[in-house]
Amino acid sequence: MCMTDEQRLDQLREQAWDKGVVDGRGVDVAGGPIPRKAGYYGKPVVKPPVWTWEIPVYFFVGGLSGMSAVIAVIGLIFQQGDVARTAMWLAAIGAILSPILLIMDLGRPSLFLNMLRVFKYQSPMSVGAWILFVFGGCAAPGLIALELHAHQTFAGGFDQFLQVIAFLLILGSAFWGMFLATYTGVLLGATAIPAWFLHRTLLPIHFGVASLGSAVALLELLGHRIVPLAALGFLTAGIQTLLWIWLEIDKHGAADRALHEKGSGWLIRAGEILLGPLALILGVANLVPLAAISFLLGALISRFGWAWAGKVCARDPEAVFASQR
Amino acid sequence: MIGEGVQSTNQRRHNYVQENVEVGFFTDPTVCIGCKACEVACKEWNEVPEDGFTWSGNSYDNTGHLGASTWRHVLFLEQDQQKGQQIVGSLGDGRDPFRWVFLSDVCKHCEEAGCLEACPTGSIVRTEVGSVLVQDDVCNGCGYCVVSCPFGVIDRRPEPLPDAGGAFKCTFCYDRQKSGLVPACAKVCPTESIVFGRLDDLRARASQRVQQLKQNGYDDAQLYDPLETSVRGIHAFFLLLGGPEAYGLPPKPQVPTIYLKSAWSSAIATAVAAFIAVLCAFAFL
Ligand code: SF4
Ligand code: SF4
Repeated sequence: MCMTDEQRLDQLREQAWDKGVVDGRGVDVAGGPIPRKAGYYGKPVVKPPVWTWEIPVYFFVGGLSGMSAVIAVIGLIFQQGDVARTAMWLAAIGAILSPILLIMDLGRPSLFLNMLRVFKYQSPMSVGAWILFVFGGCAAPGLIALELHAHQTFAGGFDQFLQVIAFLLILGSAFWGMFLATYTGVLLGATAIPAWFLHRTLLPIHFGVASLGSAVALLELLGHRIVPLAALGFLTAGIQTLLWIWLEIDKHGAADRALHEKGSGWLIRAGEILLGPLALILGVANLVPLAAISFLLGALISRFGWAWAGKVCARDPEAVFASQR
Repeated sequence: MIGEGVQSTNQRRHNYVQENVEVGFFTDPTVCIGCKACEVACKEWNEVPEDGFTWSGNSYDNTGHLGASTWRHVLFLEQDQQKGQQIVGSLGDGRDPFRWVFLSDVCKHCEEAGCLEACPTGSIVRTEVGSVLVQDDVCNGCGYCVVSCPFGVIDRRPEPLPDAGGAFKCTFCYDRQKSGLVPACAKVCPTESIVFGRLDDLRARASQRVQQLKQNGYDDAQLYDPLETSVRGIHAFFLLLGGPEAYGLPPKPQVPTIYLKSAWSSAIATAVAAFIAVLCAFAFL
């Protein structure tokens, strides 16, 4: 219910008359003239991100599809046609979902094409938009060519031509895909938000490895139980365990407490545990589907954790001051 | 100096845009009376929508902070300190010092502007007078400038306000300046706490003012213009009494582009390592 200002004023007067003090949100200065909160009455120094759920989901989907393209091209090179085809499906589906998610998050979705109006190397958002555009431009036709070839739709020379085209397109999507999976760390790392920029080296590694691992995990869940994928699963879960330890050690006091404390801190921790130690233990116990699910959940949850921590950190003036001392 | 009346650069017509002269704001809280005329003038001239009449119960500052629909914001700072040679305490014994400082905050129009570098659409540009301008018809509301401003100035305007979804901040009254007029806030400021003029003149004037105040017993008077950080100075600078933290200003603001190198190195290394890992897994296992 929305109280008018006059009503609120009356209420405060009454309270002051009864108790001699006024409590409640926004009236903390009434007793004395001294601001008791950090900064200017505890107001944020930097603005919290306006991004909503689409962005962490995009980090997950985009990263997974980017790394799937890498698996696809290498699968093709080493005659693992089945894995390569499934991986390419994942890459192409992700290449279509990702821009949809990004456009949904825009304040003015109808102007999304303005993203391709300029190229600015100093803006990770611009570089990322172009990476996604080129990736999609390779992945979707790459999949079509691959499927046409796999079904032997055309005969003779044209089929061979298709095979070459498919390979080149998939190679292109793999090249841009591996940056699609890692640039998102730069996107967060090159901002004014302390919890993010203080970890600008860790973030691309974390996002990139989580992306590779989720591509592997999803392929395993889809029934591709081959040794190379299993090995990559162990590798990514192992690295994530190390990254978790790194993050727990690399603390910057008040500046990045949003990553370690309270809700956002625990969400990141939950994500890291699912990605790292838990996926590793389940993998060792040979519970492959469970390990894969644990990794995928962790990859999604930790992205939400980082997005949330950015909001919490930006609202905390002390975090900004601490990062500049 | 302050209060030059008709001689003031605040009232004069000018050709700064046509002559490519860098201009700025110098805001001096020691003469501000907290009347908020600048806030009102800005809203009226720029047709900035109303964004909620809320009574904070906190102080006379019911605006709170700069944002998409607040381009000038008068801070009401209450501190337990002495202001200049103010007589303090009921017996003049210096006990319970108290001062009230008003400061009109605004977009800093940074020399190295985080918002401008970050904008992927090219919506944010640098004008002839060195100010930073958002072209509303180009902005698609991606929100990247919001997290790239080290001063927490620019924001995306929420529904259901007019022109919602785009990023907004002070325009330095670019439209007025093109016609030789002074920005609305400086024009109406009754005490000339906000001074508009050539950047080099203002910088000189500001350091003179700090000296003058120091001589008059304002020991903690200082200029807020982060020239030594990667922001390399701001075009709307402030005189402060005491440290910048109390004003909600970052003590050492950095433009986020300085983080690009280490972040991209990490991203490229990770991408290549991932590729090699997959290659080895398929080649040798
Ligand atoms: S203060 Fe913020 S919004 Fe203003 S020019 Fe600097 S970076 Fe841009
Ligand atoms: S919200 Fe608009 S002005 Fe801000 S970075 Fe995105 S496109 Fe540029």
